[in-house]
Amino acid sequence: MSLTTPDKRDREIITPALRDIVSDWSADREVFRHTHWGKAMMWIFLLSDTFIFSCFLTGYMTMRMSASTPWPNTAEVFALTIGGQSIPLVLIAIMTFVLISSSGTMAMAVNFGYRRDRRKTAVLMLLTAIFGAAFLGMQAFEWTKLIHEGVRPWSNPMGAPQFGASFFMITGFHGLHVSCGVILLLIIASKVARGHYDRTGDYSAVEIAGLYWHFVDLVWVFIFAFFYLW
Amino acid sequence: MATTLADDLRPLHHPRSWLTKYVWSQDHKVIAIQYSVTAILIGVVALILSALMRLQLGFPGLFPSIQPDNYLQFVSMHGMIMVVYLLTALLLGGFGNYLIPLMVGARDMVFPFVNMLSYWLYLLSVIVLVAGFFVPGGPTGAGWTLYPPQAITEGTPGHQWGIATMLVSLAIFVAAFTMGGLNYVTTVLQARTKGMTLMRMPLSVWGIFTASIMGLLAFPALFVAAIMMLFDHFAGTSFFMPTMQSMGRITPTEGGSPLLFQHLFWFFGHPEVYIVALPAFGIVSDLISVHARRNIFGYRMMVWAIVIIGALSFVVWAHHMYVSGMNPYFGFFFATSTLIIAIPTAIKVYNWLLTLWRGNIHMRVPMLFAIAFIFTFIHGGLSGLFLGNVSVDVPLSDTFFVVAHFHMVMGVSPVLVIFGAIYHWYPKIFGRMWNETLGKLHFWITFLGVYAIFLPMHYLGILGVPRRYYALGETAFIPESVHLANEWITIAALIVFAAQGLFFFNMIWSLFRGPRADPNPWGAASLEWLTPQTPPAHGNWGPHLPVVYRWAYDYSVPGAARDFIPQTEPRA
Repeated sequence: MSLTTPDKRDREIITPALRDIVSDWSADREVFRHTHWGKAMMWIFLLSDTFIFSCFLTGYMTMRMSASTPWPNTAEVFALTIGGQSIPLVLIAIMTFVLISSSGTMAMAVNFGYRRDRRKTAVLMLLTAIFGAAFLGMQAFEWTKLIHEGVRPWSNPMGAPQFGASFFMITGFHGLHVSCGVILLLIIASKVARGHYDRTGDYSAVEIAGLYWHFVDLVWVFIFAFFYLW
Repeated sequence: MATTLADDLRPLHHPRSWLTKYVWSQDHKVIAIQYSVTAILIGVVALILSALMRLQLGFPGLFPSIQPDNYLQFVSMHGMIMVVYLLTALLLGGFGNYLIPLMVGARDMVFPFVNMLSYWLYLLSVIVLVAGFFVPGGPTGAGWTLYPPQAITEGTPGHQWGIATMLVSLAIFVAAFTMGGLNYVTTVLQARTKGMTLMRMPLSVWGIFTASIMGLLAFPALFVAAIMMLFDHFAGTSFFMPTMQSMGRITPTEGGSPLLFQHLFWFFGHPEVYIVALPAFGIVSDLISVHARRNIFGYRMMVWAIVIIGALSFVVWAHHMYVSGMNPYFGFFFATSTLIIAIPTAIKVYNWLLTLWRGNIHMRVPMLFAIAFIFTFIHGGLSGLFLGNVSVDVPLSDTFFVVAHFHMVMGVSPVLVIFGAIYHWYPKIFGRMWNETLGKLHFWITFLGVYAIFLPMHYLGILGVPRRYYALGETAFIPESVHLANEWITIAALIVFAAQGLFFFNMIWSLFRGPRADPNPWGAASLEWLTPQTPPAHGNWGPHLPVVYRWAYDYSVPGAARDFIPQTEPRA
C-alpha cells in the first residue's frame, strides 16, 4: 500500500506494520506465524461468541426501548440495605471488582506459565477459579434476592416484564460462561500442578484458557454498563 | 513449530478397530462422508415433503389425507430442512470436510476430535428435528421463518411441541456447526502445506472458508432467537410476544416485539443464503475451469468478489422485511445495499462465462451441471432485482414469484452444483467411476424439469397467487389458467422427483460395480487429485506433505507437455 504523503511516523511505524501484515497474509503454511492452533481457534471462537452476546444485548436494548410499561429504576432495584442504609449497586460493584481482579491473577498465571513456573502458575489459576466461583456465588445471592422480591421471567412487580426476562436470560447465559470457565481453569490448573505441560514442553493451554477468561470478563463489563448503569 | 506439527503423523488419531475407523472416526474424509450421507437422507425427507405439497397444489382435494395443517407442516419442514440441514450441512460439513485438508495439503483438520464431535452433534440435531414428526400435534407449521407470535400461539399446527423440537434442534445445529466451522477456518489459516499461499488456494476452498467465517458470525443470531423463543414458549416471557387476543382471550404476554425476532432471524437468514451460495460459487469455478481446460478468468477478482459478497451479505438482511412494518426509511438503505451486492455477483458470472470462452469444453456430466448452474443462477439473480426494490417487491411479496425466485437462486442452483461436485469428486472419494449415460439422463431430466417447475411459478406470482395457501378455491382474481399451471408444475415436479432415483441408483451401483477410476480422471491440477492413494489413505499424503509451486489453474499452458500442470510441479 503506497501512502501519498508519508510523514516520518508513517514511514517508520505504519508502513512497516502494513508490510508485515501483507507479508503474513501472503505467506504459505500459516497466517499467524508460530501461533498454536488452539490459540488461533480460541480467538475465532471468541469472535463468534461476541456475536452471540451482541445479539443478546442488542435484543435487550430493543426490548427496553419498546417496552410498553416503564423500566424499573436499576439504581433502586440493584441496591442493598446495609446498616439501615440503601446503597445502590453495591453488590454489583463488588462482583465486578472480583471478576476484574480475577483477570489480573489470570494474566499473572499466563506470565508464570511462559516462565515454566509450575507452582506459581497452578496457584494463580486456582486463585482465578476461586474468584470466578465467588462471582458466581454473589450472582446466586443477587438472583435469590430478586426472586424473593417477586421478579420472575414472566412478570415483574416493579415494571416491564422484559426486565426480569432479559435479566435472568443474559446474566444467566454469562454465568454459564463463567461456570464453564471455572471448570476449565480447574482442569488446566490440575494438569499444570501434575506437571503435564512440563512433560509436553508446551504451556499454551494456560494462555488459551486465559483468553477465554479475559473474554468472559470483558463481556461482563458490557453487561454491567448496559444493564446496571443504564 | 506449527509447520513441523502439520507434517507430523504422530498426533493423528490412528484408528485401531472397525468402530474407530468407520463410526467414531476422526478422519476428515470419513466425517465428510458421514455428514454427506446424513444430510442427503434428511434431504430426501424434505424432497418427499415437497412432492406431497405439489400433489395438494396440483390436485386440491384429491388427497384427503393432506389436511391444511399437514400442508403447512410440509411447507415449514421442507424449507428448514433444505436450507439448514441439507445445504449447509452438505456444503460445509460434507464438501468442506473432504476438500479443505486435501486441497490445502494438510493431513487432517487441526482438531480432529472436535471435528468428530461436530458430526455427532449434527446427527443429534437431525434426530431431534425428525422427532418433531412424532410428537403430539406434529411438527411446526409456522413456515420455515418461524415468525412469532403465530409460531407459538394456539391455532398454528405444532405450536405446542413441534416448535420446541425445531428450536432445540436448531440450537444444537448451531453448536455442531460452530465446532466444524472453527476447524475449517483454522485449518485454512494455519495448516496449509509449504508453498500453499492463500492466493494459490482453489476457489472451492475460498468459498467454503468465507462461508465458514460467515456461519460463525451469522448463526449466533439464530441461536439467540431460538433461545429467546424457547423462553417465550416455556417460561412465559414476552420477548417477542405483544399483548394479543387469541381464541377470544387476552394473552398474559405484553410489550414484546415480533419485529425483533424478524431482525434476528434475517440477520442469520440472509448471510445463510450466501453460506450456501459461496461454497457453490467456489466449487462451480473449479468444475468449469477443469472441464473447460482453461484457467479460471480473473482469479484474484473471483477471490475478492467472494470476500466482498460475504461482507456485504451482513448488511442486506432487512430486504426480507419490506412489508413487516419496520421503519420505511430502512427500505431505502437495504434496497441500496442489496443492489450493490449485484456488482461482485455479476463479476463472478462474467468470469465464469469468460472462462468458458474459447475453452476446450468437455461436456461431461459435472460440466453439464456447472453450466446449468450458470443458467439457473443468472435466472434467479435477475428475478432478485425485482424483489430487491421496495416498490416492486411490495406487490410481489408472499406470492409465488418469491417462491420461484429463491428456489432458482438458492435451491436449484446450489443443488445443481452439489450434483456436479458429487459426479466430479466421486472417483476420488470412492475410487470408482459412475455410469455416464445414467448421469446424463439424470442431468437432462433434472435441468429441464426445474425450468418446467419454476418458470410457470413466476407467472403465478405476477398474477398474485399467494404462497403457503393450502388451496386457492374460487377466487375472483385467479383465472382458470392458474389451476392448469399448477397441475403442470406438479406433474413436472413428480417427474424430477422420480428422476433422482437415477442418481441414487447410479451412485450406489457404481460403488460396487463401477469400473476402477483413474487417480486423476479429469486431468485436474489441484492437490486433492495428487494423493498417493485413491481413495486417499488416512493422513492423506504418505510420508511427506506435498510442496506447492503454482496456483491450481495451470490448464492448456502453451509449451507444456500436458494440458495441465499439477500444483506440485516446480516452475521451470
